[in-house]
Amino acid sequence: MIGELHLPWLEIAILLPLLGAAVCACTRKLTRAYVTALVFAGLTSLCTIGEWIDFGTVHAFEAHDHWDLLQWLTGRSDIIVIDELSAPLPALASLLFLLVLLATLRTKLDRFPLSLTLLSLSLTNATLSCHDPWLLIILLSLSILPPFLELRQRRQCTRVFLVHMGLFTGLLLAGWALVDRTDGTASASGLSAALLTAAAILRAGVVPVHCWMTDLFEKASFGTSLLFLTPMTGAYAVMHLVFPVVPGWAMQSIAVLSLITSLYAAGMAAVQTDARRFFCFLFLSHSSLVLSGLELVNVIGLTGALCVWLSVGLSLTGYGLTIRAVEARIGRIQLNRYYGLAEHTPTLAGLSLITGLSSIGFPGTIGFVGMELLVEGCVEFYPLVGLILVISSALNGISILRAWFRIFTGHRFQTTVSLRSQPAERFSVVVLTLLIIGGGLWPQPGVASRHHAAVELLRLKGRGLFEIDAEDAETPALPIPKTDATLNP
Amino acid sequence: MLKLLGLLVVAAPLLLTAILGLCMLLRIQLSERSISRLTAIAVVTGLVASLAILVTMLISDSRYVPVSAGDWVRLPDTAAPHVNESSATHEHHSTPGSPAEAHFHFTLKFVFDRLSVPFVVMTFVLCGVISAFASRYLHREQGFPRFFLFFSVFLTGMILSSAAGTIETLFFGWELVGLSSALLVAFFQDRRGPVQNGLRVWSIYRIADAAFLLAALTLHHLSGSGDFAGLAGQGAWPAGHAVISPDSALLVGLLLLFAAAGKSALIPFSGWLPRAMEGPTPSSAVFYGALSVHLGAFLLLRMGPLLEESLLLQALVVLLGLATCAFAAMASSVQADIKSSLAFASLIQVSLIVTEIGFGLRYIPLIHIIGHACFRTLQLVRAPSLLKDYNAMINALGDRQGTAAKIGVAAPAREARLYRFAFDRGNLDPILDEFLVRPITSAFLWSDRMERRWTNWLSGRHSTAQSGAGQRPLEDAAMSE
Repeated sequence: MIGELHLPWLEIAILLPLLGAAVCACTRKLTRAYVTALVFAGLTSLCTIGEWIDFGTVHAFEAHDHWDLLQWLTGRSDIIVIDELSAPLPALASLLFLLVLLATLRTKLDRFPLSLTLLSLSLTNATLSCHDPWLLIILLSLSILPPFLELRQRRQCTRVFLVHMGLFTGLLLAGWALVDRTDGTASASGLSAALLTAAAILRAGVVPVHCWMTDLFEKASFGTSLLFLTPMTGAYAVMHLVFPVVPGWAMQSIAVLSLITSLYAAGMAAVQTDARRFFCFLFLSHSSLVLSGLELVNVIGLTGALCVWLSVGLSLTGYGLTIRAVEARIGRIQLNRYYGLAEHTPTLAGLSLITGLSSIGFPGTIGFVGMELLVEGCVEFYPLVGLILVISSALNGISILRAWFRIFTGHRFQTTVSLRSQPAERFSVVVLTLLIIGGGLWPQPGVASRHHAAVELLRLKGRGLFEIDAEDAETPALPIPKTDATLNP
Repeated sequence: MLKLLGLLVVAAPLLLTAILGLCMLLRIQLSERSISRLTAIAVVTGLVASLAILVTMLISDSRYVPVSAGDWVRLPDTAAPHVNESSATHEHHSTPGSPAEAHFHFTLKFVFDRLSVPFVVMTFVLCGVISAFASRYLHREQGFPRFFLFFSVFLTGMILSSAAGTIETLFFGWELVGLSSALLVAFFQDRRGPVQNGLRVWSIYRIADAAFLLAALTLHHLSGSGDFAGLAGQGAWPAGHAVISPDSALLVGLLLLFAAAGKSALIPFSGWLPRAMEGPTPSSAVFYGALSVHLGAFLLLRMGPLLEESLLLQALVVLLGLATCAFAAMASSVQADIKSSLAFASLIQVSLIVTEIGFGLRYIPLIHIIGHACFRTLQLVRAPSLLKDYNAMINALGDRQGTAAKIGVAAPAREARLYRFAFDRGNLDPILDEFLVRPITSAFLWSDRMERRWTNWLSGRHSTAQSGAGQRPLEDAAMSE
């Protein structure tokens, strides 16, 4: 039974940025376009927060809009829907877009595509609230367009991005077409499962098909790359399109490869000399960690993965914003030298440290409890997985402080130009810090919400309502070792 | 009443950190005097509260006072919506294979017993002394507010670790101590040396923390609870026996020993201790002479019941302690600067304390820790003025005293090698770098080259990251977005 929200929050959150993109495209003056983009992004953010709060009052596993336009057009109410899993995701994504826009310096407006960013926001919100497989595939394919167009505008080579994303779209289309032939609800055949798994691996940037991510970070604007990856629409697509229909072996493959990616990316982040590549690998390590955690079949582990999903999105966007803000002042950052910027940009230095530490689950930050739950869930049944997660986290922690020391210390930076943060940047810093520290010191509401989502997901999975057949439901993604009952007193 | 006092002990440093952190975030500039006073108020409040707890415990002959601040995180009991397995539980009461209840409690529990109360009192006393010293020593230093912010984080971490009633709370504090240590080693941030040493300290700590986290979670899994009371069974510290099997105790104990070795600079992690002396003298004194360096020993003391379950584990603790002691004794005697010499002298005592713990002693190591911490703090705080006083004495006497060195006397080859070994601090850092760090970084650097080659081939041009390597800052700032 699908519940109903009190207002059409979702549709407004999709249409508003679309309208904003059109207005921005028609506005010639950059500063006016920037203010327009800020207003539309802000309103969209408010709508999504309203949707999240409203969903809490509905007391249903999933809910659709009041005055549902798509229901009126198609007669179906299950197309644009939010559920326990996705309820906070549009709010998070909209906030990330708003913060990135806010932290964009006016001197950079000519290089940052405002209308494409709003278009991306609309597509992201639509993706994160879409439950119709074919529409979801179309939205995922369309979301490739803004970064692609930006690469073209910047006269950068688009081949790496296009090859990977084209392949992803092709595999997804082919895989789902095969699943559709077999009625969608049944387990996918071997071929369709292989196609869907390959598509998931490509979009999630799992090793060895992750090079498009580093390429995108190197060639597109930092803001666009950040906003294409940090809302983790890939993980959402995997949850909604791939996991429900593929058999155990395919889920196992994704989980194991994600785990390897997490460790590999953590190691790669530790040796990078280019800050953008460093950030890309850092993000990849964390997003893979989330993806492997989503495969866990126990409540604690899945709750942890869902918590880490939110905390990583928030923390790493904040972390990326600080790198972007520093880049806007001194150019591309090389991590094989010391810049010593702490004296000139103390606010950015503070935020960089807080967000970086939060991403690795440092105590007192929003990431701590999520990471603890995730590792706990793993150690319970897969000690080796827990070990890998902990090693990845340790490596990421070393990389983050290494980068922090390189950028903000080790040298007396001299300049005649003030590098202090602007009021809009400071506002972003304060909002992010309050969310990260506030969520860290008072984690109960967030964790309880994700726990509820995890319980419902597993319950549906167990019953086969999450479009998984009984045989697969009995097959965990990773083998469960026998525990020694005698150890428990 | 005791609960209120217990919470006050923990809240005082927490509140100090919050005030100093918020002021820094909102760019509110507090004067040096305000910062010093706030720190003093927090320390004195915590100290008075902890002394009140001590007096109350002595009067009521109570040996164990648990103070629970409630559940920090509590997931409701849920009939496990399992796919195939019993649910994961934090305090699980399930048996594998059964559809059990899934619940998770992260309880903020603090314990005041014969171990934690002396540690808490010692922490407040030494931190109070050092904060008073630092407010004069760092007068008009640019990083004055930063020092006190990190110092307050350290104080919070130490109090949380000392009074922790669960292993997660201990981990919470343990991490705060690690972070503040690394940042204070790199306090003089304009110079490269302190920063590099800060990163080295942080790296060692992260590896040790990883072992600690694994130990904590494994302990949950095995004993069903992270509560020290649950682990030690009946009886307050130092009584009580672990409720897990010897093999499990060995596994968890090894992980904890690894974590303690990292924190207390035991072999093979001893290299970071003299490096940590790059920080300002007050932080060196309180961190590496007095408190932080003893945290590993504290962990072993707290986990005493676990050590007693495995003879092999106890033997390993003794061996590690003795080996570190021998190494530190040699290194200490030949160091060229006073702070390094004191660092290794400190390590000698810490390793002796670890040895004592390995032998099953409990009160003697505790007394040893308190005595050593107070003495070493005094020594380290005295160190900066010692040279000045020595020079003043030479000027007054008109000649150098006792400098008839053995210059020119050739030492036997074996002694020279030993001297070199001690002077180079056993080459522990180069060994770790060469055999552990280098192979790993080489492998990832090779992968990085291959990845760049692949993307370059696919796109038919060079990676911008590579081409940007030679660009100067500010010149390409305009092109950054």
